[in-house]
Amino acid sequence: MRVKVAMGGVTARLARFYRRSEGARGLALLSPTMIIMVAALAAPLALLTLYSFWTQAGYGVDTTLTLAQYADSLGRPTYRALFYRSIEISAAVTLITVLLAYPMAYFVAFGVEKSKFIWLILLTIPFWTSYLLRIFAWKLILGYNGVINSGLMSLGLIHAPLEFLLYNPFAVVVALAHAWAPFAILPIYVSLEKIDRSLLEAASDLGDGPVRRFLRVTLPLSLPGVIGAAVLIFVPTTGDYVTPALVGGSGGVMIANVIEEQFDKVGNWPLGAALAIASMAAVGIATLLFTGAMRAAARRIH
Amino acid sequence: MRRSRIGLSLYAVAYLAFLYVPVLFLPLFSFNNSVFIAFPLNGFTTQWYGQMLADSAMLHALRNSLEVGAITAAVSTLLGLLAAKALTRYRVPGGGAVLAFTSLPLFIPDIVLGISLLILLNLAGVPLSLVTVIAGHCLICIPFAITVLMSRLDGFDKSLEEASLDLGENGWMTFWRVTFPLALPGIISSLLLTFIVSFDEFLIAYFLAGSEATLPIYIWGQLRFPYKLPAVLALGALILVASAILVVIAEWVRNHGIKDGKRAVVGA
Amino acid sequence: MSEDFLRIAHVSKRFGGVTAVDDADLAIARGEFFSLLGPSGCGKTTLLRMIAGFEYPSAGDIFVEGARITDLPPNQRPSNMVFQSYAIFPHLNVFDNIAYGLRKAKLKRAELRKRVEDALAMIKLDGFGARRADQLSGGQRQRVALARALVQRPKVLLLDEPLGALDKRLREAMQIELRQLQKSVGITFVFVTHDQEEALALSDRVAVMSGGRILQIASPRELYEAPNCREVADFIGEINFFDGVVRARDGERATLDAGAAGTMTVAAPDAAGTKLLLALRPEKISLSAAGGRVAGTVAAAAYLGERSHYNIRIAGRDAPVSVAAQNTAAQAGHKVGEAVHLDWSDDAVLILRS
Repeated sequence: MRVKVAMGGVTARLARFYRRSEGARGLALLSPTMIIMVAALAAPLALLTLYSFWTQAGYGVDTTLTLAQYADSLGRPTYRALFYRSIEISAAVTLITVLLAYPMAYFVAFGVEKSKFIWLILLTIPFWTSYLLRIFAWKLILGYNGVINSGLMSLGLIHAPLEFLLYNPFAVVVALAHAWAPFAILPIYVSLEKIDRSLLEAASDLGDGPVRRFLRVTLPLSLPGVIGAAVLIFVPTTGDYVTPALVGGSGGVMIANVIEEQFDKVGNWPLGAALAIASMAAVGIATLLFTGAMRAAARRIH
Repeated sequence: MRRSRIGLSLYAVAYLAFLYVPVLFLPLFSFNNSVFIAFPLNGFTTQWYGQMLADSAMLHALRNSLEVGAITAAVSTLLGLLAAKALTRYRVPGGGAVLAFTSLPLFIPDIVLGISLLILLNLAGVPLSLVTVIAGHCLICIPFAITVLMSRLDGFDKSLEEASLDLGENGWMTFWRVTFPLALPGIISSLLLTFIVSFDEFLIAYFLAGSEATLPIYIWGQLRFPYKLPAVLALGALILVASAILVVIAEWVRNHGIKDGKRAVVGA
Repeated sequence: MSEDFLRIAHVSKRFGGVTAVDDADLAIARGEFFSLLGPSGCGKTTLLRMIAGFEYPSAGDIFVEGARITDLPPNQRPSNMVFQSYAIFPHLNVFDNIAYGLRKAKLKRAELRKRVEDALAMIKLDGFGARRADQLSGGQRQRVALARALVQRPKVLLLDEPLGALDKRLREAMQIELRQLQKSVGITFVFVTHDQEEALALSDRVAVMSGGRILQIASPRELYEAPNCREVADFIGEINFFDGVVRARDGERATLDAGAAGTMTVAAPDAAGTKLLLALRPEKISLSAAGGRVAGTVAAAAYLGERSHYNIRIAGRDAPVSVAAQNTAAQAGHKVGEAVHLDWSDDAVLILRS
């Protein structure tokens, strides 16, 4: 009986603390999401890291800690070449996508008056249709018997199909630049839209022509959007699997394809884990260097 | 000034063509009366649609994807709503770090998310199934849900909820009478967006589905067989139309809702 | 007992390392119109939100009619609030906004309808029940927020800068209405504002706050005529400060040397040699061409209709003395550059101890 009363006192006090502490209430609301995120993100990533220090032994794993997988990942020339190629391809995709998207975003932000909303929907609709099929569409277009070749041949412009269109890094870059376009347009558009129009008028008022005004005001102020877009494209595309597998051929293989092989056909999970960690580290370093350089450049412009 | 604007407009049209033309080849060749995906076109047919609809494996995969998408959308939107409410309404210690952590999946390649979940499930002895696919999809959908719902909750005055408490309602009734109706446009658009993301996701499902197949896994399997391509194109065309409709609805609801909220805030 | 209707007992609120309210201690009487006045960030809104239950005190307690409400959630408190943003529910019409808190009371439909309609009549918005929130003007929203709170029949009505969003003319009209309303319903009002004129015009008593602390609690007249420190004197109305030193004593009165302002004799208990801060309201100073205590020249003059405002430069003082003078038929006003004499009565001088 007395225990019950004491318990009641404790729960009442806990209830009082809960009501009085915003932090406690906020954390209570956050906890389901955080539990899922820890269980499905943090724990798996920790295990992945642990796995990368193990060794494959037949169908099992030898759990002695070793750096052998990293020595293999970073030491073998084929893997090193793959890292470089993945980063090169993604860098090219990022550059092309951002360069192509900037004028488009600029047009919607400054050239369109009433129907911005419609333009934004138009620009995002293709992005929401199956990724797989969007990449596959490029295979249809660039293929040996594909749309371009058959089209040019039926027009009589060429007599034999062009073979350099498909199964190479070029095809990967084109397909990715197409697939990731909205990720460039939206952040750049948002940063352009945020620019106070009176700043542009002030620049004109102070004697800048359209070009100087763009270089001295618009571009620097939109750089956060450009940087955001670049990171949002560069990081995931380095790990893209579908595109190289469909249109890359043997010359367009990227790191994700090799990682997938380790988990599928080859069956060397520790090596796959080490390759994954190493590629994330490489991408992370490349991203930090890039954003650092862009910020420094932005400061110089100011 | 005038000339540059015309130049920009032309560029915008060309850019739209670049975005749309490759995608529009899917419906175009889905009506072409030939197994070969090549010009010249060979006449109109709807046989590929008939072939596709007769494919029981496809229908099974479609049902799997609809299930996975619906459950993922419901779970990630619910979790996103709780998190968004906590992050916009309470002074939570470390809230910024929490937000950064929940958006991490956007910055990690899907392949890494897929294999690390595979390792965890393997070690824990959990058999692969559609349930594990749903778990993986929730992971990538929660950041979308939180972003959409946070912007919606930020869009209306916090004192509306306080007013409800002040007028005598408790937290739960305040949620149903004030927060929920005002957040509804955001909730609908979060449901639609997370559904589409899950419905379209291939790589994580590929690692986690075990012997089951979602629609993208099924399509991936078909891409190897040239004679099955036209039916896949027919399927792709239908998906294109369906997702376009969903996206337009989602965007319309969100935009309409935001305007509503803004008006309320500006007016107040 | 009636003095202790709403009692705030040594209440403090800290957010992390910042002290928003520092040991606020006050009692508000039943039916009183009480204002919390201060610049933004002074803690007045935080104090109000603690009475409402949206923030919980880090220390101290709050009582209504002797009952401790410190730990009650907002929905169980006998107070209702008019929010700065009015917080009119945008998804409900005016009728449902006002009825929001009544739905829970499980009133009969007719009873509920009558109470809402009475409330609409009280705020002179009869027939507006079906309007949506976005179809109301700022003043109408303010009234709806007021009705929505009052229809709950609270013991205390809390108002957070309710007139701040209105333009000047409407604000003045609403001030009068608000005061009349408060008298007719007889409910205790706690009113937060940064506008000193508003606080003086409306309140029975005002608490002036700064940096989380309550500086002075007094009637409007007392705040203006007898501020207890430099900050209150400076915040309420305009004022001229002088430094003074006690030179000689004669019983209760002390003779002061105020430098450029000359000497004066005031009622003060301080010993010879004590330094004092003296203050003088602009309208207590008279100007004349003929003669007075101190000679000066007009540095700036502003014509404000019924009165004029002057800055007078005097020898031996950096800051000009500000003077307000009524414009009467006899008083033609003074021009910039004109030589004038300042005069005031010794009794008009305020003595502040800091």
